[in-house]
Amino acid sequence: MSVDVQLRFDSEAITEYSKANQEPAWFLEKRLAGLKAAGELQLPALEKTKIDKWNTTEFDPFQTAAKAAAASELSELVKAQIDVDSVKNLLVQKNASSVFEAVSEELKSKGVIFTSFAKALVEHSDLVQKYVGTVVSFDEHKLTALHTAVVNGGVFIYVPKNVEVEVPLQAVFEVAGDHALLSPHVLIVAEANSKVIYVDTFVSGEGTSMVANSIVEVYVGAGASVQVASVRSLSTDVHDYSFRRATVDRDGKMEWILGEMNDGNTVANNTTILKGTGSTAETKSISVGTGSQRQNLTSQVQHIGTHSESDMVSKAVMTGEAVSILNGITKIEKGAEKANGVQAENILMLSEKSRGDANPILLIDEDDVKAGHAASVGRFSEESLYYLMSRGITRQNAERLIILGFLDPVVAEIPVEEVRNRLRQALERKLG
Amino acid sequence: MTAVPHLQIKNLRAKIEDKEILKGMNLEIKGGEVHAIMGPNGTGKSTLASTLMGHPKYEVTEGEVIINGEDLLEMAVDERARAGLFLAMQYPSEISGVTNSDFLRSAINARRGEGNEISLMKFIREMDKKMSTLEMDDSFSHRYLNEGFSGGEKKRNEILQMMLLEPTFCILDEIDSGLDIDALKIVANGVNEMRSADRGFLIITHYQRLLNYVKPDFVHVMMQGRIVKSGGPELAERLEAEGYDWIKEELGIEDETVNANV
Repeated sequence: MSVDVQLRFDSEAITEYSKANQEPAWFLEKRLAGLKAAGELQLPALEKTKIDKWNTTEFDPFQTAAKAAAASELSELVKAQIDVDSVKNLLVQKNASSVFEAVSEELKSKGVIFTSFAKALVEHSDLVQKYVGTVVSFDEHKLTALHTAVVNGGVFIYVPKNVEVEVPLQAVFEVAGDHALLSPHVLIVAEANSKVIYVDTFVSGEGTSMVANSIVEVYVGAGASVQVASVRSLSTDVHDYSFRRATVDRDGKMEWILGEMNDGNTVANNTTILKGTGSTAETKSISVGTGSQRQNLTSQVQHIGTHSESDMVSKAVMTGEAVSILNGITKIEKGAEKANGVQAENILMLSEKSRGDANPILLIDEDDVKAGHAASVGRFSEESLYYLMSRGITRQNAERLIILGFLDPVVAEIPVEEVRNRLRQALERKLG
Repeated sequence: MTAVPHLQIKNLRAKIEDKEILKGMNLEIKGGEVHAIMGPNGTGKSTLASTLMGHPKYEVTEGEVIINGEDLLEMAVDERARAGLFLAMQYPSEISGVTNSDFLRSAINARRGEGNEISLMKFIREMDKKMSTLEMDDSFSHRYLNEGFSGGEKKRNEILQMMLLEPTFCILDEIDSGLDIDALKIVANGVNEMRSADRGFLIITHYQRLLNYVKPDFVHVMMQGRIVKSGGPELAERLEAEGYDWIKEELGIEDETVNANV
């Protein structure tokens, strides 16, 4: 079956976009290989979720948007995600256009690169080529291949050895318009003993049949520390697929904080590969299922290095007729002696018709390790409600307090205040 | 409120599952009065407290409770609280993720009503003041509600809530259990500070110890789901010295617990 007949774009459109952006030849080759593979590969196999009827291909990949000369000129939707007055390091992408970039001189003087993926392909081609596709390869399945073919933006962060970036680097991604696509590639390279925090938010405007298909690749060097926080608030008109993965060297530390606040169908896979001795991973994620949305959210850690440690916490609140599958996978490879992996999935069910599945999976091929998991699916504790109500708080507010409290241990960890507030707002909106 | 606060319990009967625990309870409390209910374990003291507050596990089968002219039993739990009832619980719930201060502010604002919310500054000032009376560490306000609190810390936290909410009727359910003597004095101080003509107290306790620090006006003995004897503070002293056997003998009760066949 030929791909071209099904798709709303072809190799010519891809080539044209690549040339217009002065991309290096090796990247265009990658795109075309991706397009070919997309026609041959299957969709990823997901636990208890069938996505073959979801929108994975019905998009026009290269819709452009106007640039903003200053942060104050950004759309209201985007401005709500940021502190307009004190914005120092920020990238904003809408559909296939990078619409705003601000990078402080201080970062540049330290040798830190923080730029749009498109610009990085031009200005730092060798560096990007060295790392891109090494953590998530383009031909893992149909969606990674499609992503590679139609990448229409993203972020490149490079932090040199021993450099610590104190302020969080922020990106906002917006998708809007009929058949619009957001397909950012976020590539973060933290060299040995460096430190960086990256925070992004995904928002959507008016439009139908929109798709987000993103890949995040993080390379954490020896002794480096990377924190990635992401809050997604895409509407029911967007189907969102994200594949985020980090590889961590000796004594490195990777931390993920994820707020899955989409209203539409969502597939998210978040994986950390602990390669080095003493490397650590922490993943905290929250999600709220509303309406009739379907979500398949996987948190995964692979232990290879000895003494590597991981801790995953996933919390979900389920309302309406939503269905969420929460997978937690801790894999400890043979030879990863003294590894320690723990995980917990907790689901709070607020409606009769919603469904939440917590699937803790431990795959252990080494004897000398520690591993643990805890999963719970429950409803409100009547005792807790009684206690709060006995102080005069209405049932509705008592429920709200309990729900927000259930999620707070993750919300409180978000490193940027605006993003934290934004997540709280998204929660209020979803749980209204 | 201009009228003297008034709580009247008339012939109250209540059961949990199919077991009747309260078997015709009568009691009247007015503003300014401190009543103590004593009695052996399992005689329905805590059930009385929970039933008045409206715990979902207890079902009222007969009788009525009137608070300031209104039918308490018709009200939902939160309405009872807003009508002025407060129960300092024996086993308060632990609620993860909700900080003590967020919770307290929500509770205060629930009483004050929409449009009349307490300002953050005023709230913090009030809370700091009451916390220092109760010798509670500052960190309490940021900790999750009762989570990981020791028994004594939970009890102080109950009293802190009572002090901030300024209810009309306070029920203290075994607030003294698990407290050492110093903590007991601190808690008693908090209670005494709140005694006033606009407020009534119902103190449920096993021991006379607390009553040394919070002098009751009336002491009642509860057995078999009802009050079997009432008196003044001297009754508590006699119970402390002689136990409950003499009352059982006097009334011809063979077993004090409601579990026994009667």
